Amino acid sequence: MSLDLILRVGTKLILPFILLFALYVQFHGDFGPGGGFQAGVITAGMVILLAITFGLKAAQRVAPRSLVERMIPLGALIFAGTGVVGLVMGKNYLDYSVFSRDPAHGHELGIFLVEAGVLITVAGTMTALFYAFVERGR
Amino acid sequence: MVLLTLLAVVTVAIVRQRSLFGVVILAGIYSFLMASVLIVLDAVDVAMTEASVGAGVSTVILLATLHLIKTTEMRSVRRHVLPLFVSAVTGAVLVWGTLVLPPFGTADAVIHKHVVPRYIADTIKETNVPNVVTAVLADYRGYDTLGETTVIFTAGIGVMLLLRGARRRGRTDREKVSP
Amino acid sequence: MSMLMSLIEHYNYVITIFLMMTGLYIVVARGNMVKKLVGLSIFQTSVYLLYIEPGKIIGGTAPIIDPAFTVYSNPLPHVLILTAIVVGVATLALGLALVVRINEAYGTVEEDEIFERDRNT
Repeated sequence: MSLDLILRVGTKLILPFILLFALYVQFHGDFGPGGGFQAGVITAGMVILLAITFGLKAAQRVAPRSLVERMIPLGALIFAGTGVVGLVMGKNYLDYSVFSRDPAHGHELGIFLVEAGVLITVAGTMTALFYAFVERGR
Repeated sequence: MVLLTLLAVVTVAIVRQRSLFGVVILAGIYSFLMASVLIVLDAVDVAMTEASVGAGVSTVILLATLHLIKTTEMRSVRRHVLPLFVSAVTGAVLVWGTLVLPPFGTADAVIHKHVVPRYIADTIKETNVPNVVTAVLADYRGYDTLGETTVIFTAGIGVMLLLRGARRRGRTDREKVSP
Repeated sequence: MSMLMSLIEHYNYVITIFLMMTGLYIVVARGNMVKKLVGLSIFQTSVYLLYIEPGKIIGGTAPIIDPAFTVYSNPLPHVLILTAIVVGVATLALGLALVVRINEAYGTVEEDEIFERDRNT
């Protein structure tokens, strides 16, 4: 118990920064390397680290299984729904220029929404995969 | 070039290693080396993904699997000559095929002429997004990414269906030890 | 001699194909299913390399537009491979889930032992 004190304190210290980095990767993905896929995996990595250090119960208090499993279809729906908006407004599927009067700004917004959908699906799937494998082992 | 050679060495080590735990750790090392190679090749987005996915999540999932199964590989009774021969011949043919490709790093290769100059020239004007990779991923090739997201969704559902169901009774050793 | 020069110019492809064939060898020759899956993912990463390598331009930089640079590496392979990596880990997990189920049904993940058991029943 006392041996892993450094591990526990270190993990607690580093967790918020991992989440912050994931959000940075997500929202700065337009200007630097990054995007929904990477940010989703890093977010899932945070939950996995929490589960490894503090046990599965602690991780599932932060990210309950029902929430994680709902995130998987939710993200895919956000992505597909973003496309449908273009369809409803009389343009092609996944044409983002309808989101704003300025087409370039509309595209920027569309990319943002799509990346958010990708983030939610990827983070949900990776965490759900981890939960599934770990719960099988008990 | 040095990194690529290191990659080859680690791969050979993976073939020779019989302890599956060692194999998984070597696979993690392999992923980190691959990420370094990708940075050298200017693919920063891909390198970031490879480092977080290959070395992070897939190592964790492999270890979680090893927790559920036996961790040493059996000495195989099958002959190794035929697979070795087949892969050597296929490899030789493929190397012979790559000799006609343009040399590494040339700027006037066909791959750089097709649709890419337009992406690079017009991305800022059309989408306000300086990172061309993000723009192509989410905008120009949106259908593609939608399909990939659906594949991830399907794979996640598949794993949950496979692993969440009730266990069959009796046949495994683990069940007998702890009923 | 020119053959040798050409091989050195294409050194990256030679290594890529070496990785690919090692992955193939592991998949075909080894009976352990986890090792087969690791071999499959080595094959997969070598395909990533095969896609990314032609996109590199010597003297170019990463494809993030900035007024300071004029030559960029080809962004299209990056996009294709970026999504392929994440899909790759999802399918790897699916394969491992199948391995876990096989282990529960047969008590082993070695192909030879599974064949043996099927023959006996």
